[in-house]
Amino acid sequence: MTDKTVIKGGVGEAIPHDSATLHVSGEAVYTDDIREPQGCLHAYVLQSSYAHARIRKIDISECYSDGVHAVITAADIPGINDVAPVFSGDPVFAEDEVFYAGQAVLAVAATTRELARKAAHKAVIEYEELPALLNVRDAIKAQSFVGETCTMQIGDSTAGIEKAAHRLQGELEIGGQDHFYLEGQIAMATPQESGDMHCWSSTQHPSEVQHLIARVLGLSDHAVTVDVRRMGGAFGGKESQASLIACIAALLASKTGSPVKLRLDRDDDMTLTGKRHPFHAAWKVGFDEQGRIEGIEIDLAANCGMSADLSNAVVDRAMFHSDNAYYLGNARITAYRCKTNMVSHTAFRGFGGPQGLLVIENIIDEIARYLGKDPLAVRKINLYDAAGALENRCTTHYGMTVEDNILPDILARLEATGEYARRIEDIRTFNDRNRILKKGIALTPVKFGISFTLKMLNQAGALIHVYKDGSIHLNHGGTEMGQGLHTKVAQVVAAEFNVDISRVKITATSTGKVPNTSATAASSGSDLNGKAAQAAARIIKERLVDFAARHFDVEKDAIRFEKEGVRIGSQLVNFAELVSHAYENRVSLSSTGYYRTPKLHWDKEAAKGRPFFYFAYGAAISEVIIDTLTGEYNILRTDILHDVGNSLNPAIDIGQIEGGFVQGTGWLTSEELYWDEKGVLKTHAPSTYKIPTSRDIPDDFRVALFDRENQENTVYRSKAVGEPPLMLSVSVFLAIKDAIAATGKGPIVLNAPATPEEVLRAITKARSAS
Amino acid sequence: MADTIRFILNGKLREVADLSPTTTVLQYLRTVEHLTGTKEGCAEGDCGACTVIVGTLANGAIRYHTVNSCIMFLPVLDGKHLITVEYLKVLAGGSLHPVQQAMVDCHGSQCGFCTPGFVMSLVGLLENTPVPSKEDIQDSLAGNLCRCTGYRPILDAASIAARKGKVHLPSDAQLLRSLQRDALLTYEVQGQKYFAPRTADELAGLVTENPEAILLAGGTDVGLWVTKQHKLLMTLIYTGAIAELHEINETDGNLEIGAAVSYTQAFEKLAAYDESMEVLLQRFASTQIRNSGTVGGNIANGSPIGDGMPPLIALGAKLVLRSAAGVRMIALEDYFISYGKQDRMPGEFIEKIIVPGKAANVLFKTYKLSKRFDQDISAVCSAFALTMDGKTIKSARIAFGGMAATPKRALNVEKYLTGRQWTDETVREAMQFLAQDYTPIKDMRASAEYRMVSAQNLLYRFYIETSEPGTKLRIYGNDG
Repeated sequence: MTDKTVIKGGVGEAIPHDSATLHVSGEAVYTDDIREPQGCLHAYVLQSSYAHARIRKIDISECYSDGVHAVITAADIPGINDVAPVFSGDPVFAEDEVFYAGQAVLAVAATTRELARKAAHKAVIEYEELPALLNVRDAIKAQSFVGETCTMQIGDSTAGIEKAAHRLQGELEIGGQDHFYLEGQIAMATPQESGDMHCWSSTQHPSEVQHLIARVLGLSDHAVTVDVRRMGGAFGGKESQASLIACIAALLASKTGSPVKLRLDRDDDMTLTGKRHPFHAAWKVGFDEQGRIEGIEIDLAANCGMSADLSNAVVDRAMFHSDNAYYLGNARITAYRCKTNMVSHTAFRGFGGPQGLLVIENIIDEIARYLGKDPLAVRKINLYDAAGALENRCTTHYGMTVEDNILPDILARLEATGEYARRIEDIRTFNDRNRILKKGIALTPVKFGISFTLKMLNQAGALIHVYKDGSIHLNHGGTEMGQGLHTKVAQVVAAEFNVDISRVKITATSTGKVPNTSATAASSGSDLNGKAAQAAARIIKERLVDFAARHFDVEKDAIRFEKEGVRIGSQLVNFAELVSHAYENRVSLSSTGYYRTPKLHWDKEAAKGRPFFYFAYGAAISEVIIDTLTGEYNILRTDILHDVGNSLNPAIDIGQIEGGFVQGTGWLTSEELYWDEKGVLKTHAPSTYKIPTSRDIPDDFRVALFDRENQENTVYRSKAVGEPPLMLSVSVFLAIKDAIAATGKGPIVLNAPATPEEVLRAITKARSAS
Repeated sequence: MADTIRFILNGKLREVADLSPTTTVLQYLRTVEHLTGTKEGCAEGDCGACTVIVGTLANGAIRYHTVNSCIMFLPVLDGKHLITVEYLKVLAGGSLHPVQQAMVDCHGSQCGFCTPGFVMSLVGLLENTPVPSKEDIQDSLAGNLCRCTGYRPILDAASIAARKGKVHLPSDAQLLRSLQRDALLTYEVQGQKYFAPRTADELAGLVTENPEAILLAGGTDVGLWVTKQHKLLMTLIYTGAIAELHEINETDGNLEIGAAVSYTQAFEKLAAYDESMEVLLQRFASTQIRNSGTVGGNIANGSPIGDGMPPLIALGAKLVLRSAAGVRMIALEDYFISYGKQDRMPGEFIEKIIVPGKAANVLFKTYKLSKRFDQDISAVCSAFALTMDGKTIKSARIAFGGMAATPKRALNVEKYLTGRQWTDETVREAMQFLAQDYTPIKDMRASAEYRMVSAQNLLYRFYIETSEPGTKLRIYGNDG
């Protein structure tokens, strides 16, 4: 333990990820890298090949052979056969009916994975195929829903549209997206004494995994401990989806009495687990000569798959973000939660927000094209009132006042630094001179609501121990999936004690240390856990101050934690020395910390309230070039200006912004999920499902942080950063649309993802009317 | 009299006698050696998390290249040096290797799961290209997927490491030399056999004796039969240890490529045919796959979408098939009989491909089309070769992949073009004949309509590129 005057790793410093040296050396331990306990068995899950079928018979008699320890079906579950996170309806194993192609039917534990696979495929399952619903249109026709259809409204949308000088209507198809975390789903469960269970799980939600293992095994929550040190990516895909994998491992471990590891290979992972919801949107809008919206109606239909999972909240968030940055005035947003015979779609970075946001940005674009105006001008006049200048355009369609809108400043600065006006002219010239290649540009803003929209989830806990040598053990309820949460929280704790970050040991998230945690999701990780850890540190600090005041006989306000050590009156005492004294004088050096987000309220019946503590903002300009012969494209340049409040760690925040943008770009361009006419996913590995590579990022990529503190009292006035930047990628989609518009005078109809095929189709249509 | 597999792992000799010959290098590393820095992301050679470096002895020196360990069978390592991420700190004297340090300094890792693979790809790049361009870096990473960072910091780290990097992979070939064999390698575990002959004659004998055997070259396809289709392969005959099959020769203006030549080795000679050929090869799989995958294997597997086929067919390539009975030569296009069926008789193997030189009066271009530029299987792949007599087309060879059950020539288009003037009017008419040549299918890569329309447009692009030299056509690079 060093006591240098220059301390490293305080808040605001761009220190590397706490595991960076372990990542690059291959020494970081992921679940599959943990040394397997003796006798560890390996599991395999047999999946349904039908989208919808009745199971007439399951015969597992042929499955057993040497080395096959257990074959389990729904009948072997001692507790409840359901791993649904909120509502019911997500069975571990299908009972008498399968509801999607890929659904788990049974699982095998054997001495090797290959053997388990072979054994599972020897099961004889008789299916009777049933009709399947595979898209939202059919689901709506059949009134097949996973949740209530609901509406958020403000003013009179019908009258607003009718009275408007101009009206437009249209539709938009939005594809889903696979998370494609590089580390597939995995869990390793080890039976403990008296029927207890321990599980290493690659999960964003260890508490839920704990509770669900207890539920399927018929145990109390206290009998199950779940740990996670790190995930190899998650993006929402390991929020509710990790439970199924962990529960199967635990069921097999319980049945066999041996440790069991279940690691899905890529194909099984992609066919078994949920993805981003595909959406269909239909809209009508009325607006004035300037493009100002006077009335709007949007119908969203989400393909939720076979169960509710998190779909209610996902679709709520799509509705909440159907305004993006714009005051809608008279608005009615309706959403259908369609139940189909597909995998149950789930949380994915943005959580419905991206779909809602894309719809309104596309509408603004349509308005601008119709009026022949620069889309940026139409965006600007529709913005909510600026922070500090609230008038009558600051209420959302769900009744929340937007108090912190900083987009006017962000847009103005980005427009200048991104040379928007000049480039529009350059592009026009380029397009006039080139017949095969065309360029396009778009500037789009993001306003993203921060908080779980279910109020209950906005709480967090932390646990800090200070050992006698002055080293600090940090634990909190958040999980590390690459986003740098542990680094940021450690920075907060180091800053609180004013010690070098090397004093702070980051430890695996464990349900045994911090209970009843929320998922690390909704971008909330550092807001919630940073505050909870800060609270724990402050409790210990207060005890140290109390002690020091007594022990050294000084006033409490004469004690300060400084870089050089703890200033106690006129003396400077080494932090470790003070801690050691405190221990000797029987002062508790361990504390929990707790935080709950203030100001939130939501009236579900009225669909009104304040679901968000604050908003995070940002904007991007993207310029693309398209090949009109093939529909291929390339992003020439992207400029991003993004708001993270006071950054806890600028390097990590920029990493989230760039990574989110590129991931969003994948969603809107090359990442096409393809189900065949039987509802079987055909793009279930990277050979067929194409996420961006290093060549797909903008040739010229400029990212900057907008330097302004959070108006609300968050940890060090920082802002959440996980999800909002993903939606900056809408600028790429609309830039492609802008380039297509240069090819002809016909309608510009572009759906997402804008694969080269989709772009060529749109070009053909644009040219058809010219 | 079974042999053992002998290779070097991170500087130390390893001898394997009891693992199935279809054990992948990745499985071996993770479960036998407990070297867990190398990750499985896809088990099909598409994500790069499993990237390792293999050192091979060639002309007395060690040549290092990156490969996907997830689809490489362990016996292929015989006589080679396998280097994993864990060895880099050893080579760097205990501290991080410059590539690793640059990745830390540039914040190039987030979740870290893909990171060892990226590190290995970059170490491999700098070993062979000490001063890489941005494009070289992107080429070397075409087979590495990262879902967190958005790549910018990784590209930065590559540039910085290139400026700072001084740590080299081992150059002392002595130990490796001692592992080389002159005779056939026979390896057998529980009835699964693996042969690695040293000469084409030995190979011919083995293929005759084992008509059911699978010929294993780069393993970038056969590997997936095991990792994805879960097949049990009983007999494998490896072509990669036969020196004759590794030869590239230029004779009488023809380019002769041995069947076991990797695409990386053939890259330069093939790229010399045309700039568009270079772009095609750049888009052909990834660096790791091209380092393993062979020209012969690409043909032999008979895929309707093998990217090498359209240009080789358009250039008039011939295939030399060999057996114990002798050799025969056929036109490359005649090798593909129907889906899954090729003109290879029992006991035969592909010995080499002969690609005629391109005459001065030949107009030639090849284009690939897929959802993503890097490492994506073609929706459509095309190649056009017109032999000109002034403005008149003397003869035409046009071939497409992805348009039929096999790589196939567009005979109706060729016939229409022959004897006509190469004009806008001609090409527009010729485009319509593609519908007579092909009835493409719909699948996850493209619809039938897109395949047809884009195929027609690629023919049109060929016209523009050969007739209107000033027209900008490239969305990557300077045209933007």
